[in-house]
Amino acid sequence: MADVNRGDRPLSPHIMIYRPQMTSISSIMVRITGLAVLTLSVLVVWWLIAAATSEAAFTSIDGFLRSWFGDLILLGATWALWYHTMGRLRHVIWDFGYCLDVETSERMGLGMFIGATVLTILTVLVL
Amino acid sequence: MVQFTLPKNSTVRTGKTWPKPEGATNVREFRIYRWNPDDGENPRVDTYFVDMDTCGPMVLDALIKIKNEIDPTLTFRRSCREGICGSCAMNIDGGNTLACIFGMDEIKADVVKIYPLPHMPVVKDLIPDLTHFYAQHASIMPWLETKTNRPAKEWKQSIEDRKKLDGLYECVMCASCSTSCPSYWWNGDRYLGPAALLHAYRWIIDSRDEATGERLDDLEDPFKLYRCHTIMNCAKTCPKGLNPAKAIAEIKKMMVERHV
Repeated sequence: MADVNRGDRPLSPHIMIYRPQMTSISSIMVRITGLAVLTLSVLVVWWLIAAATSEAAFTSIDGFLRSWFGDLILLGATWALWYHTMGRLRHVIWDFGYCLDVETSERMGLGMFIGATVLTILTVLVL
Repeated sequence: MVQFTLPKNSTVRTGKTWPKPEGATNVREFRIYRWNPDDGENPRVDTYFVDMDTCGPMVLDALIKIKNEIDPTLTFRRSCREGICGSCAMNIDGGNTLACIFGMDEIKADVVKIYPLPHMPVVKDLIPDLTHFYAQHASIMPWLETKTNRPAKEWKQSIEDRKKLDGLYECVMCASCSTSCPSYWWNGDRYLGPAALLHAYRWIIDSRDEATGERLDDLEDPFKLYRCHTIMNCAKTCPKGLNPAKAIAEIKKMMVERHV
């Protein structure tokens, strides 16, 4: 078979032309919120270490976390934590072989966005 | 590896706008990916206008009409025109499907955008190079493997066991699913992709096959099987309505079950 110009073959467009799907967006969001939760854990550990180090160290990080910007970060991180928890729960359901059809998976994806938002509001109200 | 941009030789430029058909009142715009291996240029997107009053209902009808009446150089694969050969798989309106069974009334946007299957080397225009995809299919041994003596007539199978192959045997290897999968885009060199794994499962659960252990051994690999993160673009896009994500999940379950 003719094998013309193989070395110069272009790569066809991919993520830039593929329509985002509920399944793919809810999937990548699990990964992104996972990284956000990792960042949150660094902040919390920093806060704890500072508390054990000196009063000055604690005051500076505590001041940052209690500022409006710190509140914003913690609010986002709370949403990320809830979303990531539900995303992992969805993986457990899938790994047992349930809910693997497209419609149910899409509904679970939408449920994760709504659920994370509702649970974040509840968390803010309770704490 | 995750790479959000295209290599330099693959970036897409704006191409030619072909003239509108004269006297037509019901015209639809098509933007189609073009690449010619002979001119040394980058890929481009050409614009065509098709008279829908004299065109068949499927996207493939429009492509054939463009090739016959506007631009004979437009290149694409097609054969059966009824969704059984898998040749005309391409990216239409942002999703992978077979042009022959995808109706133009299913596209909500005014403009119909057509690209080759995503993240594949392009041979010409809408034709991707599927060599690697076929090699991955061959690697899962897509045939009946037996060890016992050949029966006098045929390998028998109960009706219940035969039913397990429904939803698997219908695959026409069009590559729509594998090329819709972000994991396959980033790791397609080592990850087998939804199509090859669906076929792997089709032979693993075949009651007549006697190489289940070897088949699972071969797939027990961080890349071949476990790059599937259940993104489910495969099941969403399959033009035959099959579910490779579920087949892959069943293989993963069998992997766990044989260790406990």
